[in-house]
Amino acid sequence: MMFVAIGGFFGAIARFWVSNQLNKKTFPFPFGTLLVNVLGAFLLGLLIGSGAGEDSRLLFGTGFLGAFTTFSTWLFEVKEMDMKKAFFYIAITMAAGFFGSWIVM
Amino acid sequence: MLLYILVGLAGMIGALLRYTLSVTTAFWWEGNFPLATLLTNYIGCFLLPFLTLQLPDRMTVSMQKAITTGLIGSFTTFSAFSVDTIVLLETGEAMAAFGYVLLSIAGGLFFIHLGYKRGRAL
Repeated sequence: MMFVAIGGFFGAIARFWVSNQLNKKTFPFPFGTLLVNVLGAFLLGLLIGSGAGEDSRLLFGTGFLGAFTTFSTWLFEVKEMDMKKAFFYIAITMAAGFFGSWIVM
Repeated sequence: MLLYILVGLAGMIGALLRYTLSVTTAFWWEGNFPLATLLTNYIGCFLLPFLTLQLPDRMTVSMQKAITTGLIGSFTTFSAFSVDTIVLLETGEAMAAFGYVLLSIAGGLFFIHLGYKRGRAL
């Protein structure tokens, strides 16, 4: 429980910081959300693939990376886009995220 | 600075709730299909637009950010969604992987829509 809590605290702060830097109104695309999700999928793949122990999985996996990445914000952003852009945003996030997880597992 | 601490504390709660849901789901669901992550993402997808529309009249902007970005953002997860899908693929369960992706995206969008509608209607 403690590991998940500590990881979650820092994961949320890290995501908030990244999106404040990159999800600026001048960007036509929520680049911050894309970056945290793709990076988080890659790092979780690395963690699981490396055969990390229970405590590390809870701290870095369930806690930090679980909180660092987000599913709800991603699809909420999709809803606000026109069809073509929404499709592209879903496709690029999944393609890059899945590839990142796969290559290190 | 205070805002970052608030988002962190709310994120801590979101991560703990997600963990609790996965532990309790494991009591009654023993299949390989990642049901807990799917349920978590569905609930979060409903609540994010719902709360984004409902909270502004009830609290400060900082508290809204803490709850939406911090709590709900941390509750839902993309990293587990991605890794779960690859695990299904690598264990030869391609149909389950395909179904999981389809249910996550189509269902997630449906719950976003529902949360948005409910949030505006109230």
